[in-house]
Amino acid sequence: MYKQVLASLMVFYICIFQVFAQEGPNLGVEATVEEVEAWDISIGPDGVGLPEGSGTVLEGADIYAIKCLACHSEQGQGQINDRLAGGHGTLSGPAPIKTVGSYWPYATTVFDYIRRAMPYLQPQSLTNDEVYAVTAYILFLNGIVNEDQTMNSQTLPGIQMPNREGFRLAYP
Amino acid sequence: MESNFGGIVESKSKRIEESVAGNGLLHRRVFLTQAGSIFGVGTMGMLGSETTNAQNMQGRPAWMQSPGKGVGAYGTRARFEDHVQRTAGSAPGTTGAGASRTPLQHLEGIITPNSLHFERHHSGIPEIDPNEHRFLIHGLVDRPLIFDMDMLSRYPMISKIHFIECSGNSRVSGLIDEPVDQDCGVLHGLVSCSEWTGIPLSILLDEAGVDPSARWILAEGSDSAAMSRSVPMAKAMDDAIIAIYQNGERLRPDNGYPMRLFLPGFEGNTSVKWLRRIKVTAEPTMTKDETSKYTDLLDDGTSLMFTYPMAVKSVITSPSPGLDLNGAGIYEISGIAWSGGGHISKVEVSADGGLTWGEAALSEPVLDRSLTRFRMAWRWNGAPAVIMSRAIDNTGAIQPTRDSIIAEKGMKFAYHYNGIQSWAIDAEGRAVNTYV
Repeated sequence: MYKQVLASLMVFYICIFQVFAQEGPNLGVEATVEEVEAWDISIGPDGVGLPEGSGTVLEGADIYAIKCLACHSEQGQGQINDRLAGGHGTLSGPAPIKTVGSYWPYATTVFDYIRRAMPYLQPQSLTNDEVYAVTAYILFLNGIVNEDQTMNSQTLPGIQMPNREGFRLAYP
Repeated sequence: MESNFGGIVESKSKRIEESVAGNGLLHRRVFLTQAGSIFGVGTMGMLGSETTNAQNMQGRPAWMQSPGKGVGAYGTRARFEDHVQRTAGSAPGTTGAGASRTPLQHLEGIITPNSLHFERHHSGIPEIDPNEHRFLIHGLVDRPLIFDMDMLSRYPMISKIHFIECSGNSRVSGLIDEPVDQDCGVLHGLVSCSEWTGIPLSILLDEAGVDPSARWILAEGSDSAAMSRSVPMAKAMDDAIIAIYQNGERLRPDNGYPMRLFLPGFEGNTSVKWLRRIKVTAEPTMTKDETSKYTDLLDDGTSLMFTYPMAVKSVITSPSPGLDLNGAGIYEISGIAWSGGGHISKVEVSADGGLTWGEAALSEPVLDRSLTRFRMAWRWNGAPAVIMSRAIDNTGAIQPTRDSIIAEKGMKFAYHYNGIQSWAIDAEGRAVNTYV
C-alpha cells in the first residue's frame, strides 16, 4: 500500500514536473523516415550520408567541361570564380592560394557542396553519379587521386586531403 | 551672445570646456552648458536654395502654403534621404553571391533600419511562400519533427536587441598594406543591429528530445546554395533564437524570410537565413562554409576553425569620410561599439593619433551584444588631426591596434579583424581612412 502511494505520488510529481518544464505547445508533427531521407543532404566527414552511386575521373572531366568550366576555367585554375586546383605549399607563404587541393580538409565536403550548390545556376541538378565523378576529377586535378580511380561512398571518406592537419579548433 | 533655457541664463563667457584629452577633446558637459546656436558648426548640413531661404525667412516656406501629401498604407522616407544607400557587390557573373553594406556614417542611435541592414548571400535571395515553408528538426533526437509557420506562431517568443556582424567585416584593413580610400559603411558596414523576435531554439529542440550524445547541430538554409553551418549544441540550447520578426515587422527576404537562425554574438554566417533544417549531430559536419571559408589562415600556414564570437570593436561614424567638418569649432564625435563577448563597458576616443585618450559617454541603452552608441565633445582647432576610438567590453577585452593584430595573426586571416580605425582629418575638414 505504502509503495503504491509512493509510486502514484511519483507519477504525480513527474506529471507536475513535465507540466512546468513544458515551454512550448508541442505542435511539431513527427516526420517519417522517408521525409527525413528526402530532406537530409548533408554529408559528415566520416562519409555518413553519402548516397549510392559512383563516378570516375574521366567521367568527371566530361561533366566538368559542360557544367563547371565556364566559371572555374580549364583544369580548375579559376576565373571567373574560385580556383579549385593547385596552390599546394603556398599557405605559409606571403601569397596563399586556397583551393580544394591546397586548403580543404575533407573530401566529403567536396561532394556535399557540389551536390547542394553547384552548378551555380542549376543547384541539385546533378545525379549522384555525376557528383561523384566531378568530385573525382577535382581531386585528380589536385594530384590527390589517380586517373583511374572511382569515387563512391566507400572510397571518398578514405581520401586524405593534403591540408587535413592544417586546422586547429578554436572551439571547443 | 546669450540664450535662455528654462529661466537659466548662460553666457558664452561662462561655458565650461573641460579638457579630457589632448587636441581638444572635451567633457560632454560642454553640450549642457552652451546654447546650440553658438556652435555655429552647421554639421554636414545642407543649405537650401536662395528662394527657399527667402520664403523661410518670411516665415512661409513652400510646404506651409498648401496641404501636404495624404495618409498612406506603407511609409517611405523623405526623398532628400535617397542618397543613403547600401553599397552592394557580388561575385563575378552573379548578382546574389555577395554583400551589401550598411551606410553606418548616415545612421544614428543603435538600431539599423531594415531596409539598410547589411546583406550577405551565397546564392541570391529566395522568394519563399510562408504557407509552403517547412522546418525539420532531426538527427540525434527522440522524434524528428516538422513545423510550419502557423505552428511556430503559437510558440512563446522573446525579443532581443543584438548586433549581427559578418566575420569578413573590415577585412581590407587587415589584408592590405595601404589604407583603402573608402567611407565608413564600405569599410565596416557588414554590421547592423536590430530587435529580433522569435522562439528560443531550445524549446523546439526539447520538444524533439535531444540525445545526450549530441554536441552539435547543423543548420541549413532554403536558398539555392542550401548554405549550412555547424553550431555547438551549447550555443543552440543557450540563447539561439528562431527569429521571425525584425524591428517589429516580419523578416525581410534579404534577412531570411520567413525564418532564420539567430545566434547572438557569433559570426553572422552562422545565423543561417531561410532556415529549413536542423540536424542534431555528435560531431561538426565540416561544411564548405566552415572549412574552406570562415576559417582564419595564420602566418604559419595553419588555420583556426570555429572562431565563432565576434571580438570587441568600435568605429567613429561621424566625422568620417564623406562627412566633412565645416570650419573650426565644437563638434560631437559619434560612433558605435560592440562585442560578441558581452556589453560595452567603456569607449575611449583620441584626437591626437592615439597619444592621449578620453572616455566617451555611452548613450543608453547599453545592451548585451548590441551596438552601443558613444559620444565625445571635441573642439576642432582647424588643424590636421587623427581621430580614433577603442572599445572595452565587460570581460575586459580591449580593441587592439592594427599593428598588434598583424603582429599576432599576420595579414592573411581575412576574418574577425577588429583593429582600431583611424580617420585623418585635414585642414579643410575632410576625413580619410588612415593607418597609425
